[in-house]
Amino acid sequence: MNRKKRSFNFILGTVLLALTLIPALIGLVWTPYDPESMDVANKLAHVSIRHIYGCDNFGRDVFSRIMSGSGITLLIAIGTVACGSIIGTIIGAFTGYFGGMVDTAIMRINDVALAFPSILLALVIISLMGSGKYQVMFALGIAFIPSYARIVRGEYKRIKNLDYVKSAKLAGAGDLRIMFVHILPNTKAVLLSSVMIGFNNAILAEAGLSFLGIGVQPPDASLGRMLSEAQAYLFTNPGYAMFPGITIVMIILGFSLLSKEIG
Amino acid sequence: MRKFGKKLLVMLLVSTLAIALCGCAGDKVGDSLITIGIPQDLDDSLDPHVAEGAGTREVLFNVFEGLVKPDSNGDLIPAVASAYNINEDGTVYTFKLREGVKFHNGATVTVQDVKASLDKCAGTGSGEPLVAAFSDVKEINIVDDSTIEVVLNSSNTDFLPNMTAAILPADHLDASTELIGTGPYKYVSRSPQENIVLQAFDDYWGEKAKIKDVVFKIIPNGDTYVMNLEGGSIDMMARLSTTQAAQLSDNFDIYEGTMNLVQGLYLNNKVEPFNDPKVRQALNYAVDVQEIMDFVSDGKGTETGSSMFPAFGKYYMPELNDTYTKDVEKAKQLLSEAGYPNGFEFTITVPSNYQQHIDTAQVLKEQFKEIGVTANINLIEWDSWLSDVYMGRNFESTVIGLDASTLSARAMLERFTSDSGKNFTNYSNAEYDKTYAAAVASTDDDIQTQNYKKCEQILAEDAANVYIQDLPNMVAVNKKFGGYEFYPLYVMDISKMYIK
Amino acid sequence: MKYVAKKVIGAIITLLVVSLLVFLAFAIIPGDPALSRLGTNATESALAAMRERMGLNKPIPVRYLLWLAGIFKGDLGTSYAYEMPVTALIADKMPITITLMIYSLILMLIISVPLGVYASYKEKTAIDRAIQIINQIIMALPPFFSGILITLVFGVGLKFFVPGGFVSIGVNPVRFFKFMFFPALAIALPKSAMILNLLYTSLNGEKKKDYVRTAYSRGNTSNAVFFGHMLKNASMPAITFIGMALADIVAGSIIIEQVFGIPGLGRILLTSIQNRDYPVVLAVIMLIALMVVVTNLAVDVIYKIVDPRIE
Repeated sequence: MNRKKRSFNFILGTVLLALTLIPALIGLVWTPYDPESMDVANKLAHVSIRHIYGCDNFGRDVFSRIMSGSGITLLIAIGTVACGSIIGTIIGAFTGYFGGMVDTAIMRINDVALAFPSILLALVIISLMGSGKYQVMFALGIAFIPSYARIVRGEYKRIKNLDYVKSAKLAGAGDLRIMFVHILPNTKAVLLSSVMIGFNNAILAEAGLSFLGIGVQPPDASLGRMLSEAQAYLFTNPGYAMFPGITIVMIILGFSLLSKEIG
Repeated sequence: MRKFGKKLLVMLLVSTLAIALCGCAGDKVGDSLITIGIPQDLDDSLDPHVAEGAGTREVLFNVFEGLVKPDSNGDLIPAVASAYNINEDGTVYTFKLREGVKFHNGATVTVQDVKASLDKCAGTGSGEPLVAAFSDVKEINIVDDSTIEVVLNSSNTDFLPNMTAAILPADHLDASTELIGTGPYKYVSRSPQENIVLQAFDDYWGEKAKIKDVVFKIIPNGDTYVMNLEGGSIDMMARLSTTQAAQLSDNFDIYEGTMNLVQGLYLNNKVEPFNDPKVRQALNYAVDVQEIMDFVSDGKGTETGSSMFPAFGKYYMPELNDTYTKDVEKAKQLLSEAGYPNGFEFTITVPSNYQQHIDTAQVLKEQFKEIGVTANINLIEWDSWLSDVYMGRNFESTVIGLDASTLSARAMLERFTSDSGKNFTNYSNAEYDKTYAAAVASTDDDIQTQNYKKCEQILAEDAANVYIQDLPNMVAVNKKFGGYEFYPLYVMDISKMYIK
Repeated sequence: MKYVAKKVIGAIITLLVVSLLVFLAFAIIPGDPALSRLGTNATESALAAMRERMGLNKPIPVRYLLWLAGIFKGDLGTSYAYEMPVTALIADKMPITITLMIYSLILMLIISVPLGVYASYKEKTAIDRAIQIINQIIMALPPFFSGILITLVFGVGLKFFVPGGFVSIGVNPVRFFKFMFFPALAIALPKSAMILNLLYTSLNGEKKKDYVRTAYSRGNTSNAVFFGHMLKNASMPAITFIGMALADIVAGSIIIEQVFGIPGLGRILLTSIQNRDYPVVLAVIMLIALMVVVTNLAVDVIYKIVDPRIE
């Protein structure tokens, strides 16, 4: 890739993320309006100077809700991907590196988990633990483990036979050291791109769960929940659906542009 | 290869033409057909004695009839029976069978069919009644070829509404897959999650239905109602929100009514702090019903101050709506007296399939904030609600609408007696129980009505729950059709509708 | 051959374990199918009778074995909610989902392959860059949101179709196919972007390979090389992805079916979970699992054929 395009991706990605993440960060401490306070006079108000993204069916300021909602969405997405990728990497590393019976058994379990619809899995976990943002994080995190384990295992199987690993072994490096110091950095590219895809999927999965009423609980906002609530008002106030949707696209696009740069 | 290609082309052309022609034909049938949108499939049993889902009842109303049936004024009129008589102390109900009533399969209704159907409800064979209200039934006797009597264990002048129980053929008592009734429409077919098809019954005993084919189309996605109506894929849709109704063009008539239920914040009277009447009253003082209506349904709806909705003209007491008017100071004072000067935190469990209840809960949360009480909303699936909240009674509070399965005050008030199986709010008040028992036992209509009203009053003053409103029901009907009528029950009578 | 047999046995074990897990999930999830069916006015005895009729009074291991035995007879049980054989129910809904699948597959190919090839052909030109940027944006589009956008643009704005106006194929095939185009597009768009990206990357990788250079130097016209060799070699990752995407459509159709109001397998799965209609849930999940397993199997086998060194 040429320099010029690289910097273009980099700038666009940074700008998109700045536009979405900075309001989300500010939203942790301050929003223009209380995201939960209702106002009859502004029910489904359209875009105006006072409410730059308009208002929802309770007259709540959509911009303020997006600010706090982005925070919750990012929290869930980061938590989910962290949970899935860390546990998945550890499982994938051990099974890929050592192989053998344990590998076969764990990968069999993994296949099962991959074939098991994550929505049902989430439903089981949430019905056991109650619903809420942390439960969603946990449920999705578990559902995400198998795909990471599978990817990382493949990388380890490939890399462990490379010469540099063999020479490290001859030099007397321990298994753990080889696994996490020598091999892990070389899985960076693959891992990073699957983290990005995972991030995308986590935001989607959260929206799906909110759709079923088992995600984030009202009046808490998350981008997915706002989008599904806004569907009922698509014809009266399309802006209500557009803004959370565009925010999701901006976040995902921003991350994927930046990840190309790093990867 | 080239020849084959030519053949394929011809085949494609012919089939496209066939498809196109078939498409035209499909559109032409429209005239004697009405397509009605319903928000969910009939997921519970289609057996009319078993089905209790309001959405199922409203469709089956067109297919099945009892000895008597409700009319749009809320009165009971003879149906499969042509006349009835209740003895003085309300223990024996005698019905004269209407002559020549036909089942959808062509057979004529006999007293044996009636006895078998009622026996099924009363569970005469198995010992336990299939329909709870039939536990009062002592025996069902065939008097002669056209007369049948129902004998009750104790005096009950208010038993007639239960006689709306569907009459089925004695050899088709299990009606869950093959629906054979006596109603103006017969069941044709269904496709899960897609539609239910009915057709006018030519041998109906009464005034025959005017529209030949009825398709109930399932549209679970609320935001497409308006587009479906405007796009012509449905002709009628009930229970639209005020926002949706406002978006419709003048191709549609909007009928405005109520849903005939009492929406409320139902409290588990057994758990702390709701076992203290002062806390329950404080919550009532914190709620501004008009504000809820403004947010949830553009100000439409009818306030209810107790467990009775306005369609029950005889029993509804509008004066109870003023038992509590919003008074934050009073609410705070009551909370202090109850030992919660700094408020408390509790959970509102809401079934996730009812947007209006979810919206109401969100407004309630904001209103409770003002008196220092924190409400957390917990959405659960309808099924978990049924098993955990309703049957398990394992909840703190819930927003739901309670309706009446029959046209009697009992249907709304029995569920608050201490030992009722339906008393999911665990309300227990000796005086209430006594008044209710007196009402049921009374054979004098005035005394009975007075006692029922007293029950309502107790529920309001003791603040058993936070009663909110009867939700508005906006029905949109394409101007091509007329004759839609509201019932005080959750039913949709298609047989009276006609093409203009 | 031994390799394939081993994989097939593995796949069958996977399916068995999935079905066992679904059974366990039913035991854990709160909710009672009998209550779900009879509603709030049910009496205890009616509930007990319903449970017996549904076979819920038997212990879970027995129910599981009965279900397994049923499978070999081609009997997937009876739906609690619809009182019809599950096989008939699935057969009723399968065409809708299959149509959606094939339709979106065709759209995916029509959109992604020519554009991917063209972009690679025009590598480093303005057209290439424009395609790349649009592609990036579409890739970031959640199907949920693309569905809403399509509804808004084609349904509300241009009135090409009636949102939620699904008609079954038996009633009016023309309207059926017309309507299904839009949900298929919502599914196909983000996935086409992925395929385009994969194809583009591997085509550009392929260009640098020796055989391509040799072919060019031998005086081969560039088109023949391009389509004859490079595309064939470069399509492997894309084919793998398409395989995965097809299985994904069934599982992922829940949301698209919800947005567009289509009564397909996704809707049936969702409502059946909500109704605790376990025989139907089990059948649909097994169907999805079967598709995932078969796709993975096919991918494994294809890889083995391409690269016999894989153990």
